[in-house]
Amino acid sequence: MKILVCLSNVPDTTTKIKLNGDQSALDMTGVQWVINPWDELALTRALDLKEKSEGKIDTITVITVGESLTEPTIRKALAVGADDAVRINLNPTDDYEVASNIAAWVKNNPYNIILTGIESSDYNGSAVGGMLAEFLKIPSVSSVSFLDMEGDKPLMKREIPGGTETIRVPMPFVAIVQKGIALDPRIPAMRGIMMARKKELTVVEPAGEGSKSTYIGFAMPKAKAKVKMIDAENAGQLITLLHEEAKVI
Amino acid sequence: MSVIVYTENWDGKFKKSSYELVSYAHALASELGVETIAISIGQVPEDQLNALANYGANKVLCVKNPELAVLDNAAYASAIARAAKANNAQVVVFANNFTGKAVAPRVAVKLEAGMANSVTTLPLSFSPFVVQKNIFNGKAQGNLQINSNIKVLSLAQNSFGVKESSVSLTIENFDAQLDSSKFNTELIEKNTVSGKIILTDAELVVSGGRGMKSPDNWGPLEELAAILGAGTACSRPVADEGWRPHSEHVGQTGKVIAPNLYIALGISGAIQHLAGVSSSKVIVAVNTDPEAPFFEAADYGILGDVNKILPKLVEAAKAFKAHS
Amino acid sequence: MNFQFTEEQLMIQQAARDYAQRELIKDVLERDEKALYPTEHVKNLAELGFLGMLVSEKWDGGGMDTVSYVLAMEEISKVDASASVIMSVNNSLVCYGLEKFGNDAQREKYLRPLARGKKIGAFLLSEPEAGSDATKQRTTAVDMGDYYLLNGTKNWITNGNTASTYLVIAHTHPEKGHRGINVFIVERHSEGITVGPHENKMGMRSSDTHSVMFNDVKVPKENRIGEDGFGFKFAMKTLEGGRIGIASQALGIASGALELATKYAKERKAFGTEIINHQAIAFKLADMAVKVENARNLCLKAAWLKDQGQAYGTASAMAKMYAADIAMEVTTEAVQIHGGYGYVKEYHVERLMREAKLTQIYEGTSEVQKIIISRSLME
Repeated sequence: MKILVCLSNVPDTTTKIKLNGDQSALDMTGVQWVINPWDELALTRALDLKEKSEGKIDTITVITVGESLTEPTIRKALAVGADDAVRINLNPTDDYEVASNIAAWVKNNPYNIILTGIESSDYNGSAVGGMLAEFLKIPSVSSVSFLDMEGDKPLMKREIPGGTETIRVPMPFVAIVQKGIALDPRIPAMRGIMMARKKELTVVEPAGEGSKSTYIGFAMPKAKAKVKMIDAENAGQLITLLHEEAKVI
Repeated sequence: MSVIVYTENWDGKFKKSSYELVSYAHALASELGVETIAISIGQVPEDQLNALANYGANKVLCVKNPELAVLDNAAYASAIARAAKANNAQVVVFANNFTGKAVAPRVAVKLEAGMANSVTTLPLSFSPFVVQKNIFNGKAQGNLQINSNIKVLSLAQNSFGVKESSVSLTIENFDAQLDSSKFNTELIEKNTVSGKIILTDAELVVSGGRGMKSPDNWGPLEELAAILGAGTACSRPVADEGWRPHSEHVGQTGKVIAPNLYIALGISGAIQHLAGVSSSKVIVAVNTDPEAPFFEAADYGILGDVNKILPKLVEAAKAFKAHS
Repeated sequence: MNFQFTEEQLMIQQAARDYAQRELIKDVLERDEKALYPTEHVKNLAELGFLGMLVSEKWDGGGMDTVSYVLAMEEISKVDASASVIMSVNNSLVCYGLEKFGNDAQREKYLRPLARGKKIGAFLLSEPEAGSDATKQRTTAVDMGDYYLLNGTKNWITNGNTASTYLVIAHTHPEKGHRGINVFIVERHSEGITVGPHENKMGMRSSDTHSVMFNDVKVPKENRIGEDGFGFKFAMKTLEGGRIGIASQALGIASGALELATKYAKERKAFGTEIINHQAIAFKLADMAVKVENARNLCLKAAWLKDQGQAYGTASAMAKMYAADIAMEVTTEAVQIHGGYGYVKEYHVERLMREAKLTQIYEGTSEVQKIIISRSLME
């Protein structure tokens, strides 16, 4: 059995967002690039599953659509245990382009399970998983917080508003995972870092469709008015203010 | 020509968010000079469907194919895309919620459409078609130009508001003509907590952090939430410590919410937490540390020990409810 | 000149940072307060490969270069110098000494488990009356034909109780001065070894420091490292590398304090603005930043020389002396910037200040480093 984990390369989540002079682009100088946190959780779960699968899961491949600057995060995925990696050499413009290009790879290199994070922490797209499944005409399951193998059959839980559903779909499928799927991401060990040197990172040229959308400008959110402090002794006054002034209760 | 809006129902009922969505679709359709068509999947009583007219829906397509009894992303996408094609849709609108995230991307591919999710405004321009959307969890906004003929949008909750505009509405059945052999999401078990306010829907949210000191101190917080009719949430450390369930965790890696009121009790306001709540309309921060970053993001602040302040809030809320 | 780190070096730095900021930080205050040994962390650091990262792959180590080691030591030390001294002693004194100067049988038996972090090592040189002057060893090892008989007392031994493998420096021929010194691999649980009580230290309270007494301990002949009389040279050579570890530790303590002070100065307000906007604070931070950067460059230079196979003894002495001294200065200023908050434990900087003091003392005091540096000028 083979698992594919889709990785997005994003600025570290503590990055302070800055715009360039004419607000036409984000200022990415000095940004530290990391694996998108949800994708990293997906990878963590894939590794957990492989380790306890007693050989039933043969390989975990990671795939990224990006230019060479994404390679450090790909190497990290290899260092924590992914078996091999694919990089589609393209700086993508939107989710459509990403999904279409991954689909083009998967059509010739099939996998049993494909995992993506529910969204990326940069452009908050949350569409790659669903689009990829549609391009491949295979099932997709969203908001997956649990994935395990019951014998040869994967079992999932998805988070619905106010609860969970336990569901199953036939392989191959795309699971779009969210928090809960795995605990903390793994820290690469020296041994893993050494082994990552020898693992295969295949670079392929794009073979999918182009983008359907593009960012043409950016803006920072409006500055908030200064906080109104309420004396702790008269904390109850807050309720009155919320009713009369803010009108939210 | 039309704007199609997918109006999800919960046990046959619509919610305020459904009305917000129809209001948005109607405003969009008016600008384009086309019809607003809602799609409803499953059994929904007629009075519920008719209510959509109050927010500008000209037509409701009721889809009742048995393949749609369980949310199968592919089946839902097929049904909605078919309806969109049949009605010559220019724009298809979803909520940026659980179902929207599951279905909209598949619809976009079926319609060869560019997609923008977490959209916060009506289009800035129609030619070219440009929408504004949240990026970096609301830390910035991006203007996204969609170049395809058909556009798929998902609307960020509470970003547009409910706007009444009465029109006359027709209800039609729509057969999505699904091939049941193609769809096989098997629902094995469903667990829902009844009676509890669903966090992502909640208009008001009361949230606790490490400043609560102990999981045993949550009583007054829950009491305050119950009085106000608010949902309860928590910060990441609290969920990681196991004080509260992970389903309550809001923030960058947890749930992203945008209620009308967010009361943060004993949460310092780390950047990752703020990312999940900064779109809230009104924010209240209670903290012992005057330097807590939350005070920068808050509209109202109280400096002090949350465990001493909470009882006062509970008391005031009780008095308020008694008088209103 | 190339100041660019490799992808791998950056990955190791990030791994160390993740572990420190995610795990060590959780209980560092409690361990400091109660002087608790970080048993679980040592196990985790071993699994991640940090405890033997400098040992070659052949002997089950991480096969990483010294530059990576400096980066990792800095990150761990920012949060927890007690954990990093355990790492430093194991890596740059014990494992290095065994790999560089031991024979294959010794490496097979002792280095392999140490490199994997399955066992921990300790380096036993200091004595109650022989600290900086290593030639005045009173511990003796008498050649009994089949074995050596070891007697004496060692002081201030990091990992003294938890180590399984000791490298003990002792006189075999006191009349020969430093040429009569040897180094022996001694198993912790050999008969005749008594470990003294845990030293109640000012800082680095979570590492276990003990005196170790040897009373007629039999050491097999094959456990002597190198030729007869090699011990003094062994100690000096090994300490040259050890200094890079402690220098990087001091660097980490300083840079950790700088980070905390900068963060605090950006948040804390006084006289209507964040205190970083007051020149009195801003200039302090500027001075601290320059010192930290200098220390980092000295550490990396020494590490680079070592990785290139060039002489690095003077460079490592400079790095150790400078980094330790500025760690003391920078942590003191970090406490000052924090004001009253700096003097209480939960803000971490007072602990960093206590930890910094030790870096000026152990593995060669700042004064001893000056002797080494000045001697290089006399040549």
